[in-house]
Amino acid sequence: MTLPGKVAVAMSGGVDSSVAAALLVDQGADVFGVMMRLWVEDGRVNRCCSPADVAGARSVAASLDIPFYVLDMKAAFKEHVVAVFLNGYAQGLTPNPCIECNRYIRWTRLLADAMSLGASFLATGHYAQVVERDGKRTLLRGIDPQKDQSYVLSVLGQSELARAVFPLGGLTKPEVRAYARQRGLAIADRPESQDLCFLAGEDYRSFLQRNGGDGLSPGPILDPAGNAVGEHSGLAAYTIGQRRGLGLASNEPLYVLAKDVTANTLVVGPRQSLGRNAFRTLPVNWVSGEPLQDSSKAEVQVRYRARQVGCQVKLLPDGGTEVDLDRPLPDVTPGQSAVFFRGEVCLGGGIIAS
Amino acid sequence: MASARVYLDYAASTPVDERVIQAMLPHFRPGFGNPSSIHGFGQEAQAALELARTRVGAVLGCASSEIIFTSGGTESDNLAVRGAALAAQAERGARHVLTSPVEHPAILNACRYLERYHAFEIELLPVDRFGRVDPDSVRRALRSETALVSVIHGNNEIGTVNPIREIAAICREREIALHTDAVQAASQLDLRSDELGADLISIGAHKFYGPKGVGALFCRSGIHLVAIQPGGGQEDGRRAGTENVPLIVGLATAFEITDAERGRHEPRFLSMRRRLIEAILASVPGAVLTGHPEARLPNHASFAFDGVDGNRLLAALDLAGFACSSASACKTGDPEPSSVLLALGLDPSLALGSLRVTVGRPTTEADIGEFLDVLPRLVEAQRRVALAAG
Repeated sequence: MTLPGKVAVAMSGGVDSSVAAALLVDQGADVFGVMMRLWVEDGRVNRCCSPADVAGARSVAASLDIPFYVLDMKAAFKEHVVAVFLNGYAQGLTPNPCIECNRYIRWTRLLADAMSLGASFLATGHYAQVVERDGKRTLLRGIDPQKDQSYVLSVLGQSELARAVFPLGGLTKPEVRAYARQRGLAIADRPESQDLCFLAGEDYRSFLQRNGGDGLSPGPILDPAGNAVGEHSGLAAYTIGQRRGLGLASNEPLYVLAKDVTANTLVVGPRQSLGRNAFRTLPVNWVSGEPLQDSSKAEVQVRYRARQVGCQVKLLPDGGTEVDLDRPLPDVTPGQSAVFFRGEVCLGGGIIAS
Repeated sequence: MASARVYLDYAASTPVDERVIQAMLPHFRPGFGNPSSIHGFGQEAQAALELARTRVGAVLGCASSEIIFTSGGTESDNLAVRGAALAAQAERGARHVLTSPVEHPAILNACRYLERYHAFEIELLPVDRFGRVDPDSVRRALRSETALVSVIHGNNEIGTVNPIREIAAICREREIALHTDAVQAASQLDLRSDELGADLISIGAHKFYGPKGVGALFCRSGIHLVAIQPGGGQEDGRRAGTENVPLIVGLATAFEITDAERGRHEPRFLSMRRRLIEAILASVPGAVLTGHPEARLPNHASFAFDGVDGNRLLAALDLAGFACSSASACKTGDPEPSSVLLALGLDPSLALGSLRVTVGRPTTEADIGEFLDVLPRLVEAQRRVALAAG
């Protein structure tokens, strides 16, 4: 199938986006490469667009004989991703910048840029699939369960999906690697990293410190009954379900149960106190454009790499949801996204409210 | 890649003239000898080298002994600025260099080098809103301890041509050497050294349909240079390293052709320049011409558009089949407002949206027509996307 119109491919120099570009070229599509220049602190290097990555992406583009351009996104990235990250920690949340980057940067700014450069489509190396039926587009998980990235694409709607192309959605990572080898793509075998690109390989707490983030003042650690059992080093350093680094002596392992920003307290308790049966979300983006039917069944995934669990979804008047879980989950974390699925279909998602 | 592409970036580089290629070939083989060798191979290479020197001297109206071959415009600039400044420092303790804020980075960074490692004081002359240096400001700024004045001839970014002759007359009165970076001007203007009056003139061959990697420096007899690349005694001890005979022959041939055919191309260039400037100022709302409207290189038109990222505009143009450049563009995607445009007093947001269109021998009126057809639409699209982004 050849796409009707030019395709901009978001390239990073890594194997996934390089193979995505190569697949499109090999299908005969009219392709050009774009790379986003993202914000990083002065004197540091953003993991997603280091000079070596730019050079790598450029050489892949040259070997595919496609044009390649680097587009400055620093100001937008700082405003929509980094600021949200700092803000989130200040409010006691554990924000997910990759979700915000997909929402505001990749599928808003970059998509608009691609269109203004004459593209009809924007392709990425995400492992996810789009299926069209009767003019409605459905977002499906990538077929490789190890690599599926539909979670971070839950921010997409119908208008973005009409432009989105995911050449890797039907492939597994080993197949992608094999294609890169067979195609002779010169891609550095770099380890995959889960770090946030703008942290430049450093701990997020030192990033918060340098960038005037709140949530760094010490305060008491309480047990579920409200007794002080220790001192925390600033709420931003902790996330729900965390066990390590609490510095508490106890007979049984203790976990972070809750963070209270107003009182600057951290509540810890045993594992059995950790689970939550229900939570609320902020307004949800529904991929179909239509909300789910009220009180219907679905599955929900509360973190990027979490397993999905069954749930019942009630709609709230503000567009948010109240989610009743079939079984309690230990790591329902305000600030992360709850993404709803039915089988392989990604229905949409919303940020877990505190 | 787009099948039919229109190249409008002749200030960046030019295709090598077929006659230049033919002239170079025998000097790769069989005439590969080292000009310093005693034997026949060396003698033939040396003869070719000295003939090239004579030919370049003839175009510049100077003695062949006043020509030094280098690896290109940047090296010529470095040899002139650092070489002449260090010689003046050694001979008379001079530590003051006058230059302008609209120089090529080769000049500005050579000056910074002098400042940092040799305790020179670098003084930037004022420029007007067209990027021109007023000769009177040179007169006022000259001091007895001025080692060198360096003022660009034809500006690479904005095309403005400086009054080098008038500046040279002032420098001569005070017996202070004047260098001019004529790398952009060489393809467009008569550089006859007596007319121009500068004591040091830099050129680079790939700007005038010669090969990359070779340049020349005119150094008036009596001007002393400290060699900045020590080594063997080539180029009268002023530039060490085995002379690149094929490329030097290429430079000489290309320079002769440029000089001989200038009169044929100039009217065409002027007409295309006028058409570009008039049409773009009329069809792109808010477009600003950068540089001087008249005193500018004949093949050079440059603009600034508000609300446009120069990088994105270049990408859009390239995808539409047109190769141009922008002073603020950077392949790493780190746009900075051009310091040259800021020196003219342009607002930084305007300086981010610059576009340079330079024509050359192969450019046709049809190319210009096609370009003018698409540019307003592409600027508009980039403005819309920038506006939506806030």
